[in-house]
Amino acid sequence: MTLNPPLGLRIALTQLAGRKRQVLMSMLGIVLGVAFFLAISSLMRGSEADFIQRMIDSAPHITVSDEYRHPPRQPVRRRFADAALTLRGLEPKTETRGIRGYKQKQAFIAALPGVRVAPVLTGQAIITSAGRDRGVTMNGVVPELMRGVSDIDDKMVVGALEDLAANPNGVIIGRKLADKLFLQTGDNLTLSAPTGLVRTLKIIGLFETGATSVDEGHAYVLLKRAQTLLGRHDRANRLVLQLDDPYRAREVAALIEARVGYRAQSWQEASENILSVLFVRNVIMYTVVSAILVVASFGIFNVISTVVMEKRRDIAILKSIGFRARDLRRIFLIQGVVIGGCGSLAGTLAGLGLMRVLAGIEIRPPGMNETVNLPIYWGADQLLIAAGFALLSAVTAAWLPARKAGAVHPVDILRGGMA
Amino acid sequence: MNEVLRAEGVTRELPGPAPVTLVRDIGLSIRRGEFVSIQGPSGSGKSSLLYLLGLLDVPSVGRIWLDGVDTSALNDDQLAAARLAKLGFVFQFHFLLVEFSVLDNVLLPMERLGRLAPGAQRERAEGLLAELGLGDYLQRTPDRLSGGQRQRVAIARALANEPLVILADEPTGNLDSKASNNVRDLLSALAHGGDRAVIAVTHDPDFARAGDRVIHLVDGRIVGDG
Repeated sequence: MTLNPPLGLRIALTQLAGRKRQVLMSMLGIVLGVAFFLAISSLMRGSEADFIQRMIDSAPHITVSDEYRHPPRQPVRRRFADAALTLRGLEPKTETRGIRGYKQKQAFIAALPGVRVAPVLTGQAIITSAGRDRGVTMNGVVPELMRGVSDIDDKMVVGALEDLAANPNGVIIGRKLADKLFLQTGDNLTLSAPTGLVRTLKIIGLFETGATSVDEGHAYVLLKRAQTLLGRHDRANRLVLQLDDPYRAREVAALIEARVGYRAQSWQEASENILSVLFVRNVIMYTVVSAILVVASFGIFNVISTVVMEKRRDIAILKSIGFRARDLRRIFLIQGVVIGGCGSLAGTLAGLGLMRVLAGIEIRPPGMNETVNLPIYWGADQLLIAAGFALLSAVTAAWLPARKAGAVHPVDILRGGMA
Repeated sequence: MNEVLRAEGVTRELPGPAPVTLVRDIGLSIRRGEFVSIQGPSGSGKSSLLYLLGLLDVPSVGRIWLDGVDTSALNDDQLAAARLAKLGFVFQFHFLLVEFSVLDNVLLPMERLGRLAPGAQRERAEGLLAELGLGDYLQRTPDRLSGGQRQRVAIARALANEPLVILADEPTGNLDSKASNNVRDLLSALAHGGDRAVIAVTHDPDFARAGDRVIHLVDGRIVGDG
């Protein structure tokens, strides 16, 4: 024989209707709490998503390098794993650095679904022009493959990456480097490799990424040209990958590393420090915005405590009629749910309105000419978190006075007469 | 079986550094159709005895049987269920829920018990209120009724679930003489005309004389029953 919900709800609502102003004020606390929760959460997560997206767009999703995660062990150590061995007179084998058999490995990776791959041979070089020297990182690339894995083509301000294919003696450099060396498209420069080889190359394009270290310190040539200059024929020292779904990078990297042996680093692994900072930032943000809701729930605690205090006589009457302690608790919990539920709903609507306003705000980040809108995250999960937490706070706030209501001893009240 | 309520060796003591004994070694039996008055000086334990018989309080010692069931074995929920189904209360200050209409006040115990269908509950509540002369006040709130009318609403609420026993604590203590007489006659008629007993605590000698039996209490003990 349980209290039927309509009766409990009716009693709860009737009691709340008697103190509309208090109820509205405590509900307003929840509304504002949820709305601010959503505004802050959507801004923080929007900026995080924007940051990660920029990171994903501008860097390879996976980089296979000519390194091993765990250095290979001597065969004798593998054979006698538990033995105490001393090896003497070992001489490291001198070999050309780079990924051995990179074409086969590239072909294997290219066959994976949703994966694009390009080989790159990177090395240091010195660019000389009119007596000025600049050290750069020389990237030997295959233009048609590089376009599929890098946004460098989108950053070209003069020429295109594809132009390298038609100009084997061409080079693409950053606009800032060109400015520093007083060079422009069509000019020649001298490129010296660590092997001592020197070539005169013609500038066929300029790029501008916005990152000074890249714009002043990188140069792109054909892979074949780089191999010759660095003396590493038929070698690439990196395979750079882009995935249709960047968030699969970890598992695809693990698969590739297991298969090719070389270290395959996903963008998540490469950015672990940044991602952990973002995670900590999220924890702090949710703690702060949740605190708003906890404070707001004190309003509900106040209202329901007041109702319980003022309605002690009614509680005694209901108990004398035959209502159980748990029926009374349920009535006051319903009040908490009603205030919390309505507050959450109105707060979610207000929060969505705030998010819409924020999304319309344009800002101009320092150093940029274009304005951008504030990045807003629109995911439904944050709505559920905000509404759920608000409801939980409300029910918890209602629970304490509800428990007190259930514990009222009717005789104490009935003896007091009109008390 | 005619007996609806029986108390044996009931004592109620309030614990504490200086324990207070409210009632001591009470033994009595109440039958259907009886209109019993409990009288005694202030502080003699009349209301305490009524609350014990109404299962709102539990004896420190002794047992109370309601409709043949030993209530000492019941937990709080079972005691609440027994109050709901078998007992009806009328208090001195009517104790109606002021935010609910007259009709809703009478419907509450029926809705809580759920023995009747909603339509039948409403029909019964309206019937009871009409019988008690309140048919025109169904949607009024208690604050818009006179003292006598409120007490009649309280009686209608007490009757809602067809209780075996109606317990009234100074039901006329706050009424003028005309309203008092009406309430007294009503309670007497309920006891004599139905299958239930009425136990009323009263200070009013006229009210007490209307009862079939008067129990006198002094210092928590029964000093007269007849």
